[in-house]
Amino acid sequence: MRLIKANKVYIIMILSYLLLETLNRLGILNSYLLQIIMLAGINIIMTISLNLVNGFTGQFSIGHAGFMGVGAYSSAVVTTVFFHTSSWPVYFQVPIFLVSLIVGGMVAGLIGFLIGLPSLRLKGDYLAIVTLGFGELLRASIRLIDYVGGPRGLAGIPKYTNLFWVFLFTILSIYAARNFVNSSFGRACISIRENEVASEAMGIDTTKYKIISFTFASFMAGVAGGLFGHLLMFLQPDTFSFLKSIDYLVFLYAGGMSSISGSILGAGILTAVPEFLRFLANWRIVIYGVLLVLLMLKQPEGFYGGKEFGFLKIVRQDKKVRTEKAS
Amino acid sequence: MLEIKDLHVSYGAIKAVKGISFEVREGEIVTLIGANGAGKSTTLRTISGLEATAGGTITFMGQNINNMPPHKIVELGISHVPEGRRVFTNLSVIDNLKLGANLRKDKEAVKKDMKKVFELFPILEKRQNQLAGTLSGGEQQMLAVGRALMTKGKLMLLDEPSMGLAPMIVENIFEIIKEINNEGTTILLIEQNAYMALSIADRAYVLETGNIVLEGSASDLAENDEIKKAYLGA
Repeated sequence: MRLIKANKVYIIMILSYLLLETLNRLGILNSYLLQIIMLAGINIIMTISLNLVNGFTGQFSIGHAGFMGVGAYSSAVVTTVFFHTSSWPVYFQVPIFLVSLIVGGMVAGLIGFLIGLPSLRLKGDYLAIVTLGFGELLRASIRLIDYVGGPRGLAGIPKYTNLFWVFLFTILSIYAARNFVNSSFGRACISIRENEVASEAMGIDTTKYKIISFTFASFMAGVAGGLFGHLLMFLQPDTFSFLKSIDYLVFLYAGGMSSISGSILGAGILTAVPEFLRFLANWRIVIYGVLLVLLMLKQPEGFYGGKEFGFLKIVRQDKKVRTEKAS
Repeated sequence: MLEIKDLHVSYGAIKAVKGISFEVREGEIVTLIGANGAGKSTTLRTISGLEATAGGTITFMGQNINNMPPHKIVELGISHVPEGRRVFTNLSVIDNLKLGANLRKDKEAVKKDMKKVFELFPILEKRQNQLAGTLSGGEQQMLAVGRALMTKGKLMLLDEPSMGLAPMIVENIFEIIKEINNEGTTILLIEQNAYMALSIADRAYVLETGNIVLEGSASDLAENDEIKKAYLGA
């Protein structure tokens, strides 16, 4: 019984996956609903990674879709252009897909690092403009590379992304972000958000920590991009324009800054809502806009700003030790 | 321990510090007093690497630390309690203290030092899980001092610890500064409250619009007529 209690979060996760998978197998979830669920998962990864930069480190990046694009393309190049995975025996295909996701993440992370190096010295609006510029630069550069189809896009990507992989990578991202935020790295990042001068005076190398969080976020965005490409089976550079970056900002703010739970809710709910509003036809986006405005007026801190679900809180070991000794 | 020679600092065209020289010897409490805009804070911020020098040298324990990045300077052993406390308001008291120890790898010693901070400031132990923003001004100042202690610096720079605090709390804080000094930390203190500063300091320098105009032992300066008129309100 205690075992169940201690691991209840994992059990709930596995059960909810099994539920979705069963519904899927039984054909109750049609492919349209399934697609929305998978997109929601990918958006959750994107929003959480953006939250690391904008929410926890307090920097203002608005070019996040650029990194997603880099990841999507790099990973698709590995499976589609380089290995022609679909001509390989089936049991090789999935490992190559997983490698391609990591490659996508690494390339995006590397580019994030290179972009972060000069731009993270800037603050606030200035950083926003620079990240916007770099995001567009990445998209525009992809358009120029004929190897990946240029403006025509890259077609024929095998569909490897399924419910299992999305679920797995979403959970991994949530845990990675949670552990990052609660590590000494995360604490240093939060101190930069809270007061950059004070954290400098405390001996925190603020540039280093900003670059670490930016690079880590870019890596996660790259992995999300890889999943995205192998879900849609077709990539077009303009998908990753700043409009997509803005989507993630909206998810982030609607969910609540500096809350991983908020990112999950924001991305999850706001991916689904426009789809469920489809019956409104042309009024759909209008209503979506109205809902966003109402949300921000009634609940400016977002769905879950500053709070976390229980399983995302870390009980600090040392806290316990101290109180035991004190008593 | 700390030697400043002919230090110049400017903000654009404005010269905030115009060639000051002073030194802090090991084990001392040295205070820089002066009115608003005299360049006290600027001097302190420059020592910590938060401002760039426009001339002169800063030597700490025989090493030139001019224009070193702030985290390197902290690593060498200079801790800074910034003006206006600047605690991390949305983090707990414990996390604030841990951030002070961010550079340190010796986990056991960090734990010990945290206990020491709690001994110096028992109220912080009671409030350890509270967000720093919910503390009173005096408690925040204590936290800022505690946080600086966690860096285990050999020299502590204190920027206006009395600012905005009730006289009783100021006295309490100054007693603790004295205690920290007795335990072996050298202190460079900046104050507008010249009376309090001179009462605990060994030596003092008086800054006026970017220049040092007077220096001497704290007790001598406390008796000095000019100082009395200008800063002690007598």
